[in-house]
Amino acid sequence: MQYISTIIFLVLLVAGFGLFAKSLQKIYRNIRLGREIDRTDRKGERWETMARVAMGQSKMVKRPIAGVLHLFVYVGFIIINIELIEIIIDGIFGTHRFLFSIFGSGSYGFFTATLEVLALLVIIGVVLFFIRRNFYGVKRLTMKELFGWPKQDANWILIIEFALMMAFFTMNASDSILQMRGAEGFHQAGSFPISQMIFVPFLEIFSFDNGFLIFTERAAWWFHFVGILFFMNYLYYSKHLHIILAFPSTWFANLEKKGKFNNLESVTKEIKLMMDPNADPYAAPAEGEAEAPSKFGAEDVFDLNQVQLLNAYSCTECGRCTAVCPANITGKKLSPRLILMKTRDRLEEVGRNIDKNNGKFEDDGKKLLNDYITKEELWACTTCNACTEACPVLLDPLSIIFDMRRFLVMEQSAAPQELNLMMTNVENNAAPWQYNQADRLKWAND
Amino acid sequence: MDFNIKTMAEYAAEGKAPEVLFWVGCAGSFDDRAKKITKAFCKILNKIGVEFAVLGQEESCTGDPAKRAGNEFVFQMMALTNIEVLNAYEVKKIVTACPHCFNTLKNEYPSLGGHYEVLHHTQFLKNLMEEGRLKIEGGAFRGKKITFHDPCYLGRANNEYEAPRMLLEKLDAELVEMKRCKTNGLCCGAGGAQMFKEPEKGDKDVNIERTEEALSFEPKVIATGCPFCNTMLTDGVKHFNKNSEVAVKDIVELLAEAEDL
Repeated sequence: MQYISTIIFLVLLVAGFGLFAKSLQKIYRNIRLGREIDRTDRKGERWETMARVAMGQSKMVKRPIAGVLHLFVYVGFIIINIELIEIIIDGIFGTHRFLFSIFGSGSYGFFTATLEVLALLVIIGVVLFFIRRNFYGVKRLTMKELFGWPKQDANWILIIEFALMMAFFTMNASDSILQMRGAEGFHQAGSFPISQMIFVPFLEIFSFDNGFLIFTERAAWWFHFVGILFFMNYLYYSKHLHIILAFPSTWFANLEKKGKFNNLESVTKEIKLMMDPNADPYAAPAEGEAEAPSKFGAEDVFDLNQVQLLNAYSCTECGRCTAVCPANITGKKLSPRLILMKTRDRLEEVGRNIDKNNGKFEDDGKKLLNDYITKEELWACTTCNACTEACPVLLDPLSIIFDMRRFLVMEQSAAPQELNLMMTNVENNAAPWQYNQADRLKWAND
Repeated sequence: MDFNIKTMAEYAAEGKAPEVLFWVGCAGSFDDRAKKITKAFCKILNKIGVEFAVLGQEESCTGDPAKRAGNEFVFQMMALTNIEVLNAYEVKKIVTACPHCFNTLKNEYPSLGGHYEVLHHTQFLKNLMEEGRLKIEGGAFRGKKITFHDPCYLGRANNEYEAPRMLLEKLDAELVEMKRCKTNGLCCGAGGAQMFKEPEKGDKDVNIERTEEALSFEPKVIATGCPFCNTMLTDGVKHFNKNSEVAVKDIVELLAEAEDL
């Protein structure tokens, strides 16, 4: 009989990890649809930033309540995944609590006790998160833009995490009763303070026999295992991808001063040519010279760079960016969170299109601009960088807004009329207002 | 002005170079309100004896509003022209009272060939104070409530929060911080070329939201370090009919007042 469960276990294991790898591959492929960008300089600083912000959660503590609860779930999640190693070994070899034989009773007891405490913290975390999100009315979590899938998604994540932890305790509690009773195959291994305190007494009420407890322990063990595989594969469809992508996103984050917007090199070349009286406007470009990009700015996801697309996948929709956005606060349509969510939606749509058409994108008559993100949103941004400051994983919605503005202005000449006037003034009078440059020093004689 | 403002061209004609170039900016040159900030800053520099020059007619817009609006062409046209002028005068050090000029000159000009030491006027004055060249007596402001509005392009964009506060503290005033200050500061609503257009439709304007917060502390003065913030908050204060009770002033104006300049 043992070999049947081993086979089922292996099939599930391979299928689970295989599907997950496929999802990751798809994300990788989609991200690579964007323009290349070199963000591999200052490696030391990048590792440090990732360690501090993604692993060290340095920006989560800015909001202490969410920060502490998040830390519970985060640390619990990481440590409990160590337990996955034991599950895999036990599953393949049909052993019971294999790590016990390696750790010895003292260390293993400490290990299992730690897991129990962390699992309890995870439960506390997700329950409070659930209440906070659904009943407490934190504005950024109850905004209309989250209605539908984003809200359900958030709740599913919490429910799954809760169920996984409950399965973990059910398993430990029945195991520890069986160990106490000296049931066959359940040698004394581990220490389960939380189970002993809360879950064992609950089970004892029903005075189940050994057979039922063995069944319960196994069922919970399988549930926990299958649940982890399910959860892993659910990530692809969920904002919860941030648990993985927060790491590359922080590594590739913009390390420059927030006020420094990039200068388009292709434009520099044009202007220099224009300003050089000796330049031959009809000269063929020198050999090896990079050609000008086909487009200025961004109209669709293909025109965004790969880090911006990675950002779109990494966004966990917490809305801290939107909560501090001056445009959003004053009731305008712009929401930085929605900029990232829409970019992700469009990218996913493009990805599905490619899957359907044998690896090639067929024009679907849609674009990120207008079909997803409207001009009204783009023109409401004050470029104040409050959103990028607020993001706990250093995402940059502003850069997307900015690149799309560039497309509106440089490709479509579709700026609001007053801005056209301002730009003409800058061009002709060297000031945003219609004053004569010769009058620039008049103030000195007033 | 009761003293002579010299241009870079005049210095060059004398075969000399000033200690620093004062980049006046479009607002500082043309906007009636901002001109007062320009003059106050010049008076302070003149009193301390800092040798400074302006570009005068040779100065152009840095290109900031065009760039943030998305027009890289116009931005770079301005930038490359300015860089040619600045490099021709071999300018090393620039000070400006406009955080937008400051940010653009400091962060966006280098990759186009313009490398200068660029300081916001509050940073420049803070340095002078630390060197002992600038002395501030706060008599006129003792005990008066002042709140400081962080300009996004000085604060979040360039991490400068201390210089303006150090100067304000020297005024012996009672400095109160708004809830949204420093890294959490709220925009005045003018950045990203919003100054030059009507805001998008919403419940209220950003400058009204910001002014409301500032006024809730019942300050005597709302201090700013940016001509655009100054305009936006002045409008906000007028909106609430508080302009007779609350003044919106640039830090250099306060310093000049303290010195009775």
